[in-house]
Amino acid sequence: MIRFDQVHKRYPNGREALAGVSFKIERGEMTFLTGHSGAGKSSILKLIALIERPTRGQVTVGERNTNTIKPRAIPQFRRQIGVVFQDHKLLADRPVADNVALPLIIAGVPRREIDKRVRAALDQVGLLGTERSRPLELSTGEQQRVGIARAVVAKPSLLIADEPTGNLDPDLALEIMRLFKRFNDVGVTVIVATHDVHLIDQFGARRIVLGEGRVAVETPR
Amino acid sequence: MNLGAYFARHAQTFVGSLGRIAAAPIAALMTMAVVGIALALPLCLHVFLQNASAATAGWNEALDLSVYLTKSATDARTQAIAAQLKSRADVADVRVVTAAEALAQFRQYSGFGGALDALKDNPLPNTLIVTPAIAAGTPAGTAALQSAIAAMPDVDKVQLDTEWVKRLAAMLDLLHRVVLLAGLLLGVGVALIVGNTIRLDVLNRRSEIEVMKLVGGTDGFARRPFLYSGFCYGFGGGVLALVLVGIAIAAISGPVGRLATLYGSPFRLSGVHVGTAAFVLIAASVLGLLGSWLAASRHIRAINPS
Repeated sequence: MIRFDQVHKRYPNGREALAGVSFKIERGEMTFLTGHSGAGKSSILKLIALIERPTRGQVTVGERNTNTIKPRAIPQFRRQIGVVFQDHKLLADRPVADNVALPLIIAGVPRREIDKRVRAALDQVGLLGTERSRPLELSTGEQQRVGIARAVVAKPSLLIADEPTGNLDPDLALEIMRLFKRFNDVGVTVIVATHDVHLIDQFGARRIVLGEGRVAVETPR
Repeated sequence: MNLGAYFARHAQTFVGSLGRIAAAPIAALMTMAVVGIALALPLCLHVFLQNASAATAGWNEALDLSVYLTKSATDARTQAIAAQLKSRADVADVRVVTAAEALAQFRQYSGFGGALDALKDNPLPNTLIVTPAIAAGTPAGTAALQSAIAAMPDVDKVQLDTEWVKRLAAMLDLLHRVVLLAGLLLGVGVALIVGNTIRLDVLNRRSEIEVMKLVGGTDGFARRPFLYSGFCYGFGGGVLALVLVGIAIAAISGPVGRLATLYGSPFRLSGVHVGTAAFVLIAASVLGLLGSWLAASRHIRAINPS
């Protein structure tokens, strides 16, 4: 599903985030990316979602070499990936239902179908009934679950999350992680970047530990 | 996506844009006001010209020819020439002004009475005022009549006072060009005004556009609501321009009517024609769309999620 081959990433400010990273993630796997902050976790997720391009090396997503994807084709490419952010990135002036519906509206799904799928996605994250609420009326944990509902509503085959539990207390964090595990159980490939080692100890998933821009430790699946 | 869903989506975006304009009505009204004033200026000039053209349209046909006879033409000879001219098909009427009458008139109106008394004899010739027939009232027709009369014996000079009418027509023509140029320039201005407002809108909603791009939205998708906003700004500005010009016409039509009546003219100020109004609305909408298209495309392209 995902392959990194000797990937280097140097930002315009000269910071080298990745210095030759190589790994492979199979379809249907659940993987945790860990390491101290600045180790390159976010860079890897950004390279997968084509928010950034590698300076050197090759990133393959779903059998496609991302170096060959032209800027025009990026929107279409991103529609097959669900992304969850630490800061949720919800639209504060739109109700929850509109936030979750955004990927479907973009993909041109008919209205009636959208309503059905939005309710299904909210049901999966346990937020059925909050459709008309504004994001800021919800708790941080609930906002994060709205973000997850938006990421999965278009049924992507790949779900990536950048520090999704960063702002949550341990109980809520565990709940969110279990949510990701449930999506993984139904066949979605899941990659979660987190520095919370204690949390992921409770899951038997594979772990890629980054340090100094390289893969430091890779636990078997 | 089927066609019905496509239109439903557009209608939804359109209503959304209206909603956002309603959410910040002062800012939107300011933009529309600037657009409206910019468009009202050339529109006012246009209406002024349209009325000036209408008021002076009849003047060319009503022109008379002044036929000055030689000093040697006697009164009897003058009457004979008048009769001869009157029989022409392209002449409607001939009025004889004898030298004595002309002198009397001149004495009465000029105030040079004393100076005229010093003259030994009347310096003025007999004159015929020839009114061309309606059919010959075209510029070419009057010119032909003029040269025909000039060729007759005892005729000294035929004067056709079209010079100033020609000058007036040329002036109106020039003003038409000025209106056109002003309209073009201010039209570009309108596109820029709307573009600038849209630019600020785009920057204000930067995070929203970022999110759209993150979940796979194209630039075109992010641009759509801004195009509707631009259209609304343009159309609203066009409506405002028509209202402004309407108020201006209403304000001066009374005095203009009274002035015309004092001059014995039935002339009344005419307003903006339906066709012109439609043109203004369409042009304003298109300019709004154009301005928003250029600004939104440029600035949305520059926004990339990070």
